[in-house]
Amino acid sequence: MKTLLIGEYREGKFLDSTYELFGFAAQLGAETSLFLVGSESTLPAGGAIYLADAASCGEYNPDLHKLLILDAVQRENPDYVVFLHSSYGWDLAPRVAAALKLAQVSEVIGVQDGVFEVGCCNGKMRRSVKPAGPKAVLTIQAGAFQGVQPTGALSVTKLSNDTASPMEFVGYEPAEAKGIDLARAEIIVSAGRGVGKKENVQIIAALAKALGGELGASRPVVDAEWVAHDHQVGTTGQTVAPKLYVACGISGAIQHLAGMKKSDFILAINKDKDAPIGEVADVLVVADLMQFVPALTAQLQK
Amino acid sequence: MKILVCIKQVPDLESRFKPDQAGVWFSDTDLAFRMNEYDEYAVEQAVRLKEQLGDAPELTVLSIGPDRVVEVIKKALAMGCDRAVHVQDPAAHLKDPWQIASIIAAYAKDQGFDLILTGMQSQDRGSAQVGVTVAEILGVPCATTLVGFSYDGGTVTAKRELEGGLKGVVKLKIPALVTCQLGLNTPRYPTLPNIMKAKKKEIAAVPVAELLKSEPLAITTSFHAPAKKGSGLVLEGDIADLVTRVIGILKEKTAVLR
Repeated sequence: MKTLLIGEYREGKFLDSTYELFGFAAQLGAETSLFLVGSESTLPAGGAIYLADAASCGEYNPDLHKLLILDAVQRENPDYVVFLHSSYGWDLAPRVAAALKLAQVSEVIGVQDGVFEVGCCNGKMRRSVKPAGPKAVLTIQAGAFQGVQPTGALSVTKLSNDTASPMEFVGYEPAEAKGIDLARAEIIVSAGRGVGKKENVQIIAALAKALGGELGASRPVVDAEWVAHDHQVGTTGQTVAPKLYVACGISGAIQHLAGMKKSDFILAINKDKDAPIGEVADVLVVADLMQFVPALTAQLQK
Repeated sequence: MKILVCIKQVPDLESRFKPDQAGVWFSDTDLAFRMNEYDEYAVEQAVRLKEQLGDAPELTVLSIGPDRVVEVIKKALAMGCDRAVHVQDPAAHLKDPWQIASIIAAYAKDQGFDLILTGMQSQDRGSAQVGVTVAEILGVPCATTLVGFSYDGGTVTAKRELEGGLKGVVKLKIPALVTCQLGLNTPRYPTLPNIMKAKKKEIAAVPVAELLKSEPLAITTSFHAPAKKGSGLVLEGDIADLVTRVIGILKEKTAVLR
């Protein structure tokens, strides 16, 4: 079996998340070749690579990247074209799948005998998905497969294409300056949508203070402007691994779990016993936040 | 200018899900349905663009599904869409993203839409494929995961959300398609007068068979709960009792609480 892995490169750097694609291929026992729009100066140490130059092709230029991938597909004839389920992957994979008239299976977390396990219903449930034919385009969930280094001698095949893009990439806008660095915090107490309203955030903040920790937040709470963006935990916020992480009213969307599941100890408080946060929590307290959290804070302050 | 916004009706994600009889999707019984959250941002952005252009654009909302999806269509009309298309399909949940995209593209093909907006994914299926695939079938440029949108003289400036707080800014000329991320704007609540006005707006019903010409490229063979990892402790009961137990556990298992 052959896989064409679509690596990632951003702001002049090869992204290590690419190695997760090799981890997935290793689980399949498949041969690998890597496709990358990047630079010769930052490449993995080994393996077969189809390389297009980011300086001329652009880091974000999906129509052109699609054509370059189709070129690599034609040369390699892979069974699976595999992307990360990331802002790059979910943007590009459907374009490649549509061009090849192949099934795309999104956010794969497991595979057995050509049937893919994927998350659905905000991570609460699973689906088994089978492509109609033997070939498919896949995106794999961030963190679902352990990264591994490619093996074998490095061999680079250069690809190029000068088709004009219908889009103009203007540039990157950096993340907002961080007021607090959650990555250094030993204790983080995060508020999720379950807090209900902005006024209730202070109840969570009081618990953070009583524990001597920092206040974190999940995406919906930041989008609603209940808590500032520099407190956001998750793939689009900060990735954290404190000694204690307390998730208050956070259901556990995949993007949030990816940002905190490496914490040493996870305490979750949620009224929904089936919330996916339960999958990573060491302790799940099934209770009303507004009753349990103030009671816990009061006891800690004694 | 003609604008199309595509929306999906999804269950409340706080619900408890049980497999349907075929075991390939959830059973509708006891579920409350609402507009897919990502699509609310798409509707809001479309309505704002219409307002920006002095009400000139004609704004069509489209949804595929059984009769109950008319509820979310009505909400979109009350938010400010002008007219609606309900693609009637009691078996929409059995279609793969390729077929859903093909249905939308078949409808949009000859309509001359200058801009199409969709959510970046649905909350229930979460494939994040349909919007981009529609753009591919129609052959129009597409930018995904928008957290910023502006429009001026035929050009959309889109701010895409990347990882770790980084954003990427791109410009694309219409006709184009964009997919909307959470936080793009603040979706409005329909007002009572607008809800009343929406009752007079046209909802055209189109049987799915008129638009669907393609076979699925993938099938769902099973819908199920995740295998329990079983490592975590689940505590329930009296609040005071829970507090005592949790403090005991934190003292024992973490180095941070003494």
